[in-house]
Amino acid sequence: MVVTARKRLLQMHFESGVGHIGGNLSCLDAIMLTHHEYIGSEDRFILSKGHSAGALYISLWSLGRLSDDMLKKFHKDDTLLAGHPPASGIKDILFATGSLGHGLSLAAGTALALQLKGQNGNVYCLTSDGEWQEGSTWEAMIFAAHHRLNNLTILVDHNNLQGFGRTHDVASMSPLAEKLSGFNLDVQRVDGHDLATIRAALDKSSDICRVIILETTKGRGVSFMEHRMEWHYLPLNVEQYHQAIKEVEAK
Amino acid sequence: MRKQFCDAMVTRSVNPDMVFFTGDLGFMALEPLQQALQDRFINAGIAEQNMVSVAAAMAREGFEAWVYSIAPFCYARPFEQIRNDVAFHNLPVKLIGNGGGYGYGVMGPTHHAIEDYGVLLTLPNMHVFVPVFDEDVEAVVTRAGDLKNPAYLRLGRGEIPTGYAVPMYAPWRQLTQGDGMVVIVAGPIAGTYIESFQSLPEAVRPNLWIVTELPLEHNPLPDSLIKQISAVRGLCVLEEHVRRGGLGSELALLFLEKNMKVGTFHHLYASAHHYATYGSQNFLRAQSGIDVKSVMAVVAPQLLEN
Repeated sequence: MVVTARKRLLQMHFESGVGHIGGNLSCLDAIMLTHHEYIGSEDRFILSKGHSAGALYISLWSLGRLSDDMLKKFHKDDTLLAGHPPASGIKDILFATGSLGHGLSLAAGTALALQLKGQNGNVYCLTSDGEWQEGSTWEAMIFAAHHRLNNLTILVDHNNLQGFGRTHDVASMSPLAEKLSGFNLDVQRVDGHDLATIRAALDKSSDICRVIILETTKGRGVSFMEHRMEWHYLPLNVEQYHQAIKEVEAK
Repeated sequence: MRKQFCDAMVTRSVNPDMVFFTGDLGFMALEPLQQALQDRFINAGIAEQNMVSVAAAMAREGFEAWVYSIAPFCYARPFEQIRNDVAFHNLPVKLIGNGGGYGYGVMGPTHHAIEDYGVLLTLPNMHVFVPVFDEDVEAVVTRAGDLKNPAYLRLGRGEIPTGYAVPMYAPWRQLTQGDGMVVIVAGPIAGTYIESFQSLPEAVRPNLWIVTELPLEHNPLPDSLIKQISAVRGLCVLEEHVRRGGLGSELALLFLEKNMKVGTFHHLYASAHHYATYGSQNFLRAQSGIDVKSVMAVVAPQLLEN
């Protein structure tokens, strides 16, 4: 199923001629897994790294909640599927994210709201690693830890690459897991492409807010994209697209 | 107005869907509300960006979310959170800025809020309330609270002449009548003009109006005001807000769009965040030329010359 999703993600970006592929591929496994196995009607998902909207759209498509026709209009005029998640129009997307450092606060507020309402749902929030450079992300983390939001799970797509450099060269928080462990959070670090390991981390319950740091590879599954910063931006040409599909199918 | 605000909110707190956030402010003022709301009163700490987004998310989940801070920390620091998370989703988050305008006086320019409603009115779905009198606060809290849209309340300090009977709340009210200029004011500073205007002879006494809700698309000018403006005896707009984006430019645009002739148009406004030296709210008003003396020079210049 993840292979199908990976192919459809590449196809959608190829057909629309747009980039941001690398960071979509790094988090696709986790978004697919959470959406297919963990996020039910009571739960909420908030994509703080809004530039991975493609991976979210594909996951919703794989669940039958977005149509092929909608994917075909990705990034085009008169679409609901903009480069970053829309403010309204798609039931499963609660907030227009895209400016980094907002999603975790939105997730914390949602988690607190569910608790005050006495509802059972869990909130899942996917952040990038670079967005931990935003002060507001730390504000949100302090809030989530302080209020012991045990219905909130923070997933970090730790692909080590950001817009214009390697995260540890730009403004390092390395090792992030150790930094976060200094707060009252349940921090786990897992291989972000090993579904069994992510599952085990998600299955471990806690009475405080959980953080799962997903060690991931930007451009995962396509050899010429892996660990390469330019695939934060570049669209695929025809040869690259066929090569990428071939590689994904071979895995 | 903090006392009146707290009282109004305590009354409103019977609504189980109400949540209240403060950015670590409200000591010696909001304790009764904290008592009333219990776990629905949340001191979010000194982290206004997070506070606004958390409130947006709670509004998204059906809560009536209120956010309180000193005015600049309420809208300037978390502006992007207000724009993206509140306004883009048209969520009914109510932002309360205490001490708007030069309210924090000698505390210095970091604590002034003289571009607050101008900035916020650039956002979609945003409503602004600027109560003039302490007595307005209860009505304003109800009107803002019942809105299904985001709103900003600029709280100040009611300033009325001794013994003055405050007229019942309405989004437009006329405070003095005469055959002079039309004067339109936003904010409690209006109260400081009443006595001086009343002392003027009828021939030059201004028709003083206050407006407490913006933008004007949702709060059109009353017919009686339009009639007075049509007499073309000149018009003066006053506000404790910078020149751009405030009531003055809003009205000027409206007059042009409606092809209304107003005669001489004056706009008196908060002219700077700080001057060479610091001082109280009244000192800063005088520096800006919006104190009583400066206003009298505009509305009744002939009397001053005599």
